[in-house]
Amino acid sequence: MDDAAAPDDRGRLSALLRLWPYARPYRGLIAVTFGAALLATLAQLAVPLITAALVDGPIADGDRAALVPLLGLALLFGVAEAGLFFLRRWAMTRSCLAIERDLRGALYERLQRLPVSFHDRWPSGQLLSRASSDMSTVRRFVGFAAVFLAVNLITCVVVAVLLLVTYWPLGIAVLLTTVPLTVLGQRWERRYNVQSRRVQDEQGELATDVEEAVQGIRVVKSLGRRGLVFDRFDTKARRLRRLELDKVRTLALLWCVFELHPQVTLALILVGGAFAVSTGALTVGGLVAFVALFTVLLWPILSLGWLFAFAQETASACDRIGELLDEPLTVTDRPGVVPRPVGSPARLAFEGVGFRHPGPAGPVLAGVDLVVEPGETVALVGATGSGKTTLTSLVGRLHDVTEGRVTLDGVDVRDLPLAQLRGIVSVAFEEATLFSMSVRENVTLGRRDATAADVDEALRVAQAEFVHDLPWGLDTRIGEQGLSLSGGQRQRLALARAVLGRPSVLVLDDPLSALDVHTEALVERALREVLAGTTALVVAHRPSTVLLADRVALLDGGRIAALGTHSELLAGHPAYRDLLAQESDLAEVLP
Amino acid sequence: MTDSVPTGEDWRGVATEDTDDLPPGAGIFLRDRSRRLLGELLRPHRRSLWWLLATVVAQNVAWLAGPLLIGVGIDVAVPALVDGDAGPLVWITLAMVGAAALDTGLRFLFLTGSGRVGQAVLLTLRRRVFTHVQVLPLSFHERYTSGRTISRLTSDVEALAELLDEGLDGLITALFSVLGIGIVLVVLDPPLGLTALLGFPALFWVARWFQRNSTAAYRRTRETIAALIVQFTETFGGIRAVQAFRREPRNDELYAALNEDNRQAHDRAFWLIAVFVPAVVLIGNLVTVAVLGYGALRVMDGALAVGTLVSFLLYLRRFFDPLQDIAMFYNSYQSATAALEKLSGVLEERPTVPEPTDPVPLPAAAGELVFDDVRFGYTGTTVLPGLQLTLPPGETVALVGTTGAGKSTLARLAARFYDPVEGEVRLDGVPLHRLSDADLRRAVVMVTQESFLFSGTVADNIAFGRPGADRAQIEDAARAIGAHAFITALPDGYDTEVDKRGGRLSAGQRQLVGFARAFLADPAVLILDEATSSLDVPSERLVQHALRTLLADRTALIIAHRLSTVEIADRVLVMEGGRIVEDGSPAELVAGTGRFAALHQAWADSLV
Repeated sequence: MDDAAAPDDRGRLSALLRLWPYARPYRGLIAVTFGAALLATLAQLAVPLITAALVDGPIADGDRAALVPLLGLALLFGVAEAGLFFLRRWAMTRSCLAIERDLRGALYERLQRLPVSFHDRWPSGQLLSRASSDMSTVRRFVGFAAVFLAVNLITCVVVAVLLLVTYWPLGIAVLLTTVPLTVLGQRWERRYNVQSRRVQDEQGELATDVEEAVQGIRVVKSLGRRGLVFDRFDTKARRLRRLELDKVRTLALLWCVFELHPQVTLALILVGGAFAVSTGALTVGGLVAFVALFTVLLWPILSLGWLFAFAQETASACDRIGELLDEPLTVTDRPGVVPRPVGSPARLAFEGVGFRHPGPAGPVLAGVDLVVEPGETVALVGATGSGKTTLTSLVGRLHDVTEGRVTLDGVDVRDLPLAQLRGIVSVAFEEATLFSMSVRENVTLGRRDATAADVDEALRVAQAEFVHDLPWGLDTRIGEQGLSLSGGQRQRLALARAVLGRPSVLVLDDPLSALDVHTEALVERALREVLAGTTALVVAHRPSTVLLADRVALLDGGRIAALGTHSELLAGHPAYRDLLAQESDLAEVLP
Repeated sequence: MTDSVPTGEDWRGVATEDTDDLPPGAGIFLRDRSRRLLGELLRPHRRSLWWLLATVVAQNVAWLAGPLLIGVGIDVAVPALVDGDAGPLVWITLAMVGAAALDTGLRFLFLTGSGRVGQAVLLTLRRRVFTHVQVLPLSFHERYTSGRTISRLTSDVEALAELLDEGLDGLITALFSVLGIGIVLVVLDPPLGLTALLGFPALFWVARWFQRNSTAAYRRTRETIAALIVQFTETFGGIRAVQAFRREPRNDELYAALNEDNRQAHDRAFWLIAVFVPAVVLIGNLVTVAVLGYGALRVMDGALAVGTLVSFLLYLRRFFDPLQDIAMFYNSYQSATAALEKLSGVLEERPTVPEPTDPVPLPAAAGELVFDDVRFGYTGTTVLPGLQLTLPPGETVALVGTTGAGKSTLARLAARFYDPVEGEVRLDGVPLHRLSDADLRRAVVMVTQESFLFSGTVADNIAFGRPGADRAQIEDAARAIGAHAFITALPDGYDTEVDKRGGRLSAGQRQLVGFARAFLADPAVLILDEATSSLDVPSERLVQHALRTLLADRTALIIAHRLSTVEIADRVLVMEGGRIVEDGSPAELVAGTGRFAALHQAWADSLV
């Protein structure tokens, strides 16, 4: 049976308590929601009871005058029900949207401050699904399920009592019929949940295929593999259809039970009620009330099953969100740190620096000693995986060292407030990250106080003046949601961002890789001016980039294997030559 | 200095309005092209749809019998029983159970049947959009961006699926029950029935109000959700930059504003429901009281039986309940119409580089490529003003020039990603647009800057060059390219999963897999578009060796920013402004005084 295969997505209900701090400020509104829902449900009961009174009273007696107060009462309750309905929805909207907003904001703020090592482990898609689907699960629970879980339980009890009071033998019979309904309903509902999850998984698989077929369209087209790609897609699309149909079948069964049950029970009430009326145990009005009360009872009973399931689903959503909120902030200000004076340009020193990721893997960096004097530029050269990028990330504390220390003018970077440190250290990453914002906002990302002159200067240094020719100049939106730029253009903007305001320490990770030879030469010329006045660490893969540096550090297996000028290393270190030089190829073209 | 400090919404910058959402005024009625698409999708299922219609009508009749039978039970069977005759009660009970069984059975048939049709339609739609997107030219993909194409094929189709899943059956049921109950009420007792129908105009007015306002309200919620998602994914996709540049406080502000926008948008949409649903309830209750009062009077007058009054009240409950659900369902209906609108938009895009209907067969190409007076431009600009070029079979030609000189355009024309505006590109004397896709792609293969790897194993990815290739052929290709060594060093060798987008392999290794793929495809003409520019020196050197193997015995067109790639060419073309300004062997050009010589000098200097 499917039930055995059901992945346990049902959290402990205690996890719901995590929501309390967020719900607390809105407890008044929540109380209103609850009260209104309860009263509205009770008001619903009025109509059947009044109908019964009408049938047995005025109608039986032919007393027209007695009609008026009863109808007035029915009218009152009818209007009250609608009013309470409105009140409930209004209060619910207010509270649950506010709670959702607060929780989502708190999650975002927390995530932004979690270390890069956390984000390396958690792809942004995963985070998004927690911030969107888990969050809306919580919202629907707070606004709807939580309230009705309580209200429906109460309704069930009240109506059951009313039924028993009206005519207990029939009441018991009716209540007994709900047992198979609940059991069967829950079983099929669980099956339905399993099938829904399978459908979701398959949709995910299909989405991956679509993504690849679209993003790899050049390869597909160029090799003429449309048929192959379509077959893959089609196999999954057909499997998805099969899974969807399984789901439809279960849903249809579920519906049928829900539909059949009340009708058969009504027949039962009619038979039982008719006999009771014939023996005088029940009045005709009582029978009418019985029928009507039973209709009111239906939805609360049917819903209890899935409301419980929903509570459990919300509990696991809370767990997932809580897991993120509980993630420790490892890279953070030490208690009591105060800004300390750091020179510009500063002296950057790595002292016995080691770094390893948590877990059994070996160290990425070990025993690194390196001093970059104020105003000096040092290039980092090494094979893929030698630890260059990790080393650069230690300066601005995107990672923290696990051994030794990194200092600026003798001060451990961990003894500076993060805000100050990251103001001193400016970075351009290998992967140029642009956001869907204006060019200006992208360039002034970290320095909102930058002047227009600063921005112009940075754009000039990075040879990124092309932005003035964009349709709206510096106000043009770029990034995923805006104008798309070439790799070289993106890289120049990222560079402009890094050199904006002449930082005292500059870290550049292979900043010119996407530029053509001509532009690269222009950027290098302008960059030299900036480098002259700043302490810089530059990751280099090409000779032309190395030439920007005063000295070169050769990294090998997480250690500094050699340190010297470009020509010294070329002469003395075959490994270095192997990484950077192309003499053997050169010989073939040169006449 | 303050004018560089962005305020308010300025930070977002200006962009052309994206028309991804439903345009205002499209309302509840589908526009022509959506209706056409829906018609095309449903036409093959006409017979099933008629059957389904019959089923749902029959089911509603069975369902409507219930309250009526109760009424008759109270009026006829109970008095009969009091008189000692149980017969009518038995019959009515049996009729109720029978009607219930019929109703349930028909409903099961309807739900599974409509599910089958719905899923068949979705499958057809998925296939159609997928195939269409694959056929659309590269120019479409560059303009439309992969993100939007992907959401057409995923979230938009899913919006339709959701409608089928949750809403449509509710709408149909609501429609039929409202219609059916209206008729039954009037027939059962015309005066009382007409009293019940008094609620109709009010209902109509409320529904109209809701529909008018919620169209805009829900559009707004979709926009605010999208804005939140963009801000969220961009923040955490670029978290290094965010933290390194102390962007957190500013992002907190921006996100808080977007978050509040989103709350307000939802508040507005939920407010509409908060008014609509109680309004329906209120109308329902008022009608119920009116029916109760008037009905009671008529019963007293002896014009109406008690049972009929009970039937009336039960019907009224069934009449108003489904109407409340329609409000919930309206949102998914709107998303679905918006999705259908966008999908039909994509399907309307015409493939501008179509396969010929009567292709010229070219079973084995020699590889002579001729550009005969080729003119090409994108909208409004001319990139190639008139190109005359012949590449003899087996020659390796390098294209050099600054960005925008027209190199990539030339390459794309050679691979027929575009067709020239004027003139022809010919392979072995046959214009490319006269070749079948199969022949063309067997003969001409292009390898681009980033070698895209599909999820699957390394071997799967190489075999992409020639489906059906056996393991020996795959390994031979890898060996020839020089990729065998690193592949066997991977944890599972050729069976190593490459992860999403080839994440486990370095850029150089990915490129080598791409080359092995091209080698296995064994085309007569190979085009390399900046295939080595993103590599570091050791990887590039590895690739250079591979290139020699790859290019042997075929016509090759290489575009490179890096001059090191140019060395292996027989012939170099320097392009500028869409024209070829220098043409000769590398040695000739280096020795000359032209642009290539200057470029080469700059490059040689950079090597020290």
